[in-house]
Amino acid sequence: MSRTPSSAGFVHYLRVVVTPLPPDEVLLAALRAGDEEVFARLLDGWSASMLRLARSFVSTAASAEEVVQDTWLAVFQGIGRFEGRSSLKTWVYRILVNTARKRGVREQRTVPWASLSTDDGPTVDQSRFRGPEDPYPDGWLTFPKIWPSTESEVLAREVRGVVAAALEGLPARQRVVLTLRDIDGQSADEVCSLLEISTANQRVLLHRARAAVRSHLEQYYAATTGGAS
Amino acid sequence: MTCAQLVELVTAFLEGTLDSETERRFVEHLAICEGCEIYLDQIRRSIDEVGRLRAESLSEETRDRLLDAFRNFPRDS
Ligand SMILES: [Zn+2]
Repeated sequence: MSRTPSSAGFVHYLRVVVTPLPPDEVLLAALRAGDEEVFARLLDGWSASMLRLARSFVSTAASAEEVVQDTWLAVFQGIGRFEGRSSLKTWVYRILVNTARKRGVREQRTVPWASLSTDDGPTVDQSRFRGPEDPYPDGWLTFPKIWPSTESEVLAREVRGVVAAALEGLPARQRVVLTLRDIDGQSADEVCSLLEISTANQRVLLHRARAAVRSHLEQYYAATTGGAS
Repeated sequence: MTCAQLVELVTAFLEGTLDSETERRFVEHLAICEGCEIYLDQIRRSIDEVGRLRAESLSEETRDRLLDAFRNFPRDS
């Protein structure tokens, strides 16, 4: 299968301005009636985050793309039976997670969602804080450095590269939660129900993921601004 | 509340899930501690930066195939 070089395999860091989608009843009616324009808007609005979500379960970008495709085909098939117990988006994403999981099992890349092994331990290097004998135990030894603003386009692009790499390096569960919450803007409740994890678990994963991204950015800024601390 | 404790509560704080007593102590600490204020601000900046990322898009090929499949999917009416 040949792939279009302009769109396959590249990560686009575009801030896409998306007009808000109509409410679920309208979307559903349009999908059931075969409204192509509405479907195209859904496809363009959701595919990026669906790809990223799929990518957490399967091993290649091509595989993730097939998961997204199979998900939509399953959506066409099931749309007549969708009862609106969850939002349309949650329903679609749940199909995606199931599809991706099955495929991930085949590719032997399973993400242990149910695993009780919580990611624990502090998210900030403990050497940043004062010791127990200090008059201010557990206070900052030195304050974090204030980051420069990223007004310049060059710097902004570099920062996005740092953040993308940080995201890529996260453990799968953290990456999925961060993607859904902070890229895709889903609510904590939506993410919990989608991934079938507890509120507390969701928060821990999100917290660790955000702290990791902050730490990457801190290192980057320290390096680019001369590293004085 | 110490700085080391506060940094572990920022997500719960931003989610609004701290109990009111803990939230009060969090805010009190924040009011007098520049380091934690900067830290919280950096977490917000990190969230914003993550929000600027976009995943790769579907290939034109797959997009066209799906639009086609949608168009030709058998419907009742
Ligand atoms: Zn502090």
